[in-house]
Amino acid sequence: MTGTLPPAREHLTLRLVVNGAAVEEEVEARRSLADFLRETLGLTGTHLGCEHGVCGACTVRLDGAIVRACLILAAQCEGAQVETIEGLSDSGEIADLQQAFHHRNALQCGFCTPGMLMAAAELLADGGVPERDAIREHLSGNYCRCTGYHAIIDAVESTAKARADQARAEAGA
Amino acid sequence: MTKGLDTPGTPHDTAPGLSALDRPNSYIGRSVPRPNIARLTQGRGEYVSDLVLPRMLHVVYVRSPYAHARIRAIDTMAAKAAPGVAAVVTGAELAKVCTPWVGVLSHLAGLKSAPQHALAVDRACWQGEALVAVLARSRALAEDAAELVEIDYEPLPVVADMFAALEPGSPVIHPDLGDNLAFERRLSAGDPDGAFATADHIVEADFGFGRHTGVTLEPRAMVADYQPGTGRLTAYLGTQAPHMMQNILALHLGLEEAQVRVVCKDVGGSFGIKVHVYADEMATAALSKHLKRPVKFVADRLESFVSDIHARDHQVKGRIGVMADGTITAFEIDDVTGIGPYSVYPRTSAVEANQVVNLTGGPYTCPNYRARARVVFQNKTPTSQYRAVGHPIATAVTEGLVDLAARRIGMDPVEIRRKNLVRDDAYPCASASGLKFEALSHHAALDKLLGMMDYAALRRDQAEARARGIYRGIGFASFIEITNPGAAFYGVGGARISSQDGAAVKMDATGAITCQISVTEQGQGTEAVIAQVVATALGVPLERVRVITGDTDNTPYGGGTWASRAAGIGGEAAWQAGKALKANILTVAGAILQADPATLDVQGGTVVDALDARERMSLAELGRIVYFRPDTLPTGFQAEMMAVRHYVPRQYPFAFTNGVQASYLEVEHGFVRLLKHWVVEDCGTILNPQLVDEQVRGGVVQGLGGALYEHCVYDGDGQMLNASMADYLVPMAGEMPDIAVAHVVSPTSDSELGAKGAGEAGTAGAPAAVMNAINDALSPLGVTLTAMPFSPDRILSALKRAAPTAA
Repeated sequence: MTGTLPPAREHLTLRLVVNGAAVEEEVEARRSLADFLRETLGLTGTHLGCEHGVCGACTVRLDGAIVRACLILAAQCEGAQVETIEGLSDSGEIADLQQAFHHRNALQCGFCTPGMLMAAAELLADGGVPERDAIREHLSGNYCRCTGYHAIIDAVESTAKARADQARAEAGA
Repeated sequence: MTKGLDTPGTPHDTAPGLSALDRPNSYIGRSVPRPNIARLTQGRGEYVSDLVLPRMLHVVYVRSPYAHARIRAIDTMAAKAAPGVAAVVTGAELAKVCTPWVGVLSHLAGLKSAPQHALAVDRACWQGEALVAVLARSRALAEDAAELVEIDYEPLPVVADMFAALEPGSPVIHPDLGDNLAFERRLSAGDPDGAFATADHIVEADFGFGRHTGVTLEPRAMVADYQPGTGRLTAYLGTQAPHMMQNILALHLGLEEAQVRVVCKDVGGSFGIKVHVYADEMATAALSKHLKRPVKFVADRLESFVSDIHARDHQVKGRIGVMADGTITAFEIDDVTGIGPYSVYPRTSAVEANQVVNLTGGPYTCPNYRARARVVFQNKTPTSQYRAVGHPIATAVTEGLVDLAARRIGMDPVEIRRKNLVRDDAYPCASASGLKFEALSHHAALDKLLGMMDYAALRRDQAEARARGIYRGIGFASFIEITNPGAAFYGVGGARISSQDGAAVKMDATGAITCQISVTEQGQGTEAVIAQVVATALGVPLERVRVITGDTDNTPYGGGTWASRAAGIGGEAAWQAGKALKANILTVAGAILQADPATLDVQGGTVVDALDARERMSLAELGRIVYFRPDTLPTGFQAEMMAVRHYVPRQYPFAFTNGVQASYLEVEHGFVRLLKHWVVEDCGTILNPQLVDEQVRGGVVQGLGGALYEHCVYDGDGQMLNASMADYLVPMAGEMPDIAVAHVVSPTSDSELGAKGAGEAGTAGAPAAVMNAINDALSPLGVTLTAMPFSPDRILSALKRAAPTAA
């Protein structure tokens, strides 16, 4: 028996920053960050493909690092900064990468795409032009069933090259 | 007067031998990006799993943990009393709302199956079959309550192994059917016995194809919304066949088809998984009608693995006869496949085996062929059509046998193919199994492939590597693919699945164009190619065309998108509708401008003089007059700003495509490392090269998944042992090679566009190419592997058997 333990709190008040905006919501203690984003906040760009941390469709940024939103409890995010695909889209941070995905047809059904972009953005943020094998390795935690990955690797590689060219041009100017 | 491209004054006219497709402003054949996907890169898609309706309930299904069990009693008391629960419904209760079905087609003579209910009534026939529905105001509360449903099971004998299921003493899953043999087909063509008797060599092999499944990244999802006020059911469903679903929902829920609307917005992957009728989806619709509230069902990944259709699971004995000079004289196959306890409704579970019989040996001239296929009931998840239905099996058996024959006689795998592939000038012709080929290009495709891969250089690299103890292999696979099916697939068997598709193209008062079309979009780029076709037919910029799909209330009636038919069939309907609307526009323009319509054209979205492209009036101006000042048009003249056309291929039952793939790989410590993959395929006219290439690449990787990783592993009790995303392996970016794709173009004359399908070619050939490459790599070690997936344990076991002391 566990009668000596205090009763578990089923709900709590959660305060955090999502895509730059302060959020205060009453949430169930057991609610995942993914469900919190999708159902409480209506941020449906974070997708659920497996709900057990394998497919990567729910990848979001938590305090600057990418995580599986299905494996994090919302309650763990008290005081945290969370960024989703909606936030990255509206800020323009990955506009070049999104355009490369669009033009190279690096998405078909689009269900993996938000998580894939989150993961790719992290690699690109390291700077430089990674080898194709390194891009493949970095994205191996994000499943895509449609594209066969080749076009995704092309889009990430071309974005890295374009950013490197721009950085060189700016340094030279 | 001679017309030609160099004739002054006719810069946009067509030269002799050129069609309207070749107009300089044509979008046909251009890699334009898909117009409607920027929103998907922003997380702004509209998938069914995102949809929320007022008063919506969430349903969770209690599923059988047994592969076969009688249901003695169900106690729902505690579940009904749980927080947030609106209803708990058993199979017996739901059977009063939804009638059962039987998945047979009359043209598959002898195919039998048993009635299947939306929720099992008194017996579960596979692990994962839905038994009880629990509905609550949230998914979490429904899951909580589902744990409180008490079911008293009486376990029954399990029929798991497909061969054991055929044994005389086996338990029979449906005693009324007499035995577990759902379907058998035999075929004999030419003189197989005589050919084998006189062959210089006969080579035999047993090929295995593991069960795998589609793993669409968005699981199956449905929101059913029955409105008692209107008596209409709206089913928001990720489906490839909205009108088929409209028919079936109406039929089994006691509604008229006109009372059912099926809406399909963004779909998170389909691959054939979402073209079938699922019991739990029928239950979801029935529950909405029963409870008069919207009901949402989203499969979680664990239940997807045991409720989405599985595919393959074939064991094939193959035999080939060959002469010393490399001439193939006979093929023979004996295929057994396990399909689960029910043939899936309404497309059945016998089509894959039927395709294996049809397609084996298809690329080759060999006239002597014997085949048998047996389709067997068992207590596992039902199987049915998944991307490239039957093709990977027929191709691997055929190409595996051809390679084994070549090795036996010491001939290069390319040479034996050159010697036996149907000549490119031999068309039209038919295969030994009776398939009619209009125009294929096996030899041109093979030549192109060899050039791309630099075959001689690869063989040198392979020899060099082998000298260093590295085992690399090259494998080839020629293949044919069935696309653009007419009525022969389903309609002739009695299924109400349209083989015809329709397009309605209209112009509004601003000159903007809308195309409503019955083929659907699941990521292939259907909307893009339809927009390209319509823009080209009309002579308007692509961005002026919007395409509407996936809504039975708002599109013409049609079949949807499956069997690689959207571009070839839907595209032709859109082409004809676009041309018809253009003729209407020119008629109106002629009336306004008092000109002969034949002297006018539409280019760049503007009515121009056909001779010199001089601008006459904008489409917006034409629209303004048509809609707001029709009084200024001639008396009795009626403008028609919408044109509807339908299309179904009539000359050939199917538009066959062909192609060839090659794989270069390395085997080390039992692991296969894919170094490079090449594909040349011929899908006729290419509407959008980038989209075709990406269909091919995606298809190749699904084929590679089946060849190397994907496997639904079952134990003898019918329990799937790896039913999670962590345990069921799908290809990851790091394991996949770059894939080079090129084309030969042999248009079909069945349509003006000449486009055939391309969605399944990759999946058809990739497993065979990899298998042949693995065996090429390991041939110095005396190892031949023919059971997919080629997992490290299978490869290591084979190596150990071949060289027990070395291992």
